[in-house]
Amino acid sequence: MHELPVTQGILDLVLETARQAGAQRIVRVDLVIGDMSSIVDDSVQFYFDILSRGTPAEGAEMHFRRESAVATCPDCGHTWSVSPPLLPCCPACGGERPQVTGGKEFYVESIEVDDEDPGGERYSERE
Amino acid sequence: MKIPVVKDILSANDQVAVENRVVFDSAGVFVANVMASPGAGKTSMILATSAHLPADVRPGVIEGDVASSIDADTIAARGIPVVQINTGGNCHLDAPQVSKALNHLPLNDIDLLFIENVGNLICPAGFSLGADIAVVVASVSEGHDKPYKYPSMFAHADIVLLNKADLIDVFDFDVLYFKRGVEMVNPEVPVFPLCCRTGEGVPEWVDWLVERLRH
Repeated sequence: MHELPVTQGILDLVLETARQAGAQRIVRVDLVIGDMSSIVDDSVQFYFDILSRGTPAEGAEMHFRRESAVATCPDCGHTWSVSPPLLPCCPACGGERPQVTGGKEFYVESIEVDDEDPGGERYSERE
Repeated sequence: MKIPVVKDILSANDQVAVENRVVFDSAGVFVANVMASPGAGKTSMILATSAHLPADVRPGVIEGDVASSIDADTIAARGIPVVQINTGGNCHLDAPQVSKALNHLPLNDIDLLFIENVGNLICPAGFSLGADIAVVVASVSEGHDKPYKYPSMFAHADIVLLNKADLIDVFDFDVLYFKRGVEMVNPEVPVFPLCCRTGEGVPEWVDWLVERLRH
């Protein structure tokens, strides 16, 4: 459900970036999402397709780079990738104090546009 | 042509959260963002806490709910300033909603503002509101596995309150297992068992809270 406001945030960022660059059309959006961020890729694309209708981002393809969270066992030093639900013990030694870090990334890395308009404000009246 | 962006998806929300924080700080209001599942006891915790506060710490509440003013009515009946936000289906509060609600609160008469978020262990964790601390209320009846299933929420907490502690034996609730799950993602966070119904553990939590507020 929260993918809707999240996707609106993505679209706003993308449109603003394109507007500043004077781009006519956005063809691709690259996102970096940590595995701890509880975001479903398909839902984001679904909402993006609806929200972007009639904007320069209509039809843009979303690409998701997933960053995993990492667990470290302080008892044996073993590290491994994790995503929820977390397991309570180290798979190597059974240690009960693994520490989980990372996986919180949540940003637009880049967009790809197919041309430029030096005027830069062409789409401003449509937003 | 590729254009680098590298900007947080919720940066627009976070910007408003920063503005909220400025308003809170200039009014001298300490703010707690209270997050939990539906039914964990957020409203009960706010009421039990308010009843134990020192006289010079005056509470206020922003009540977030998908619909209804049941909780806000309960709080207003105790004479506590409260404003209701109905999110109309949204599963969390965001910073702009809180910003609007502030216009309806007597901030100069409030020292401690609870923002009771929508009951949900997923979405509220992602949306900053401008609060000083994040209070996560877990309850024994939800089971001891919640930190493992919803690690983000517990990773965001400044304190975890384990409510309905009087039911620990009834539910075979493994407190150690629960705490280990919290420590996995948030090693330093304090976990306070308490019971809002009996008042057990409430004074200890209030001491912690007032200490943070006066800090």
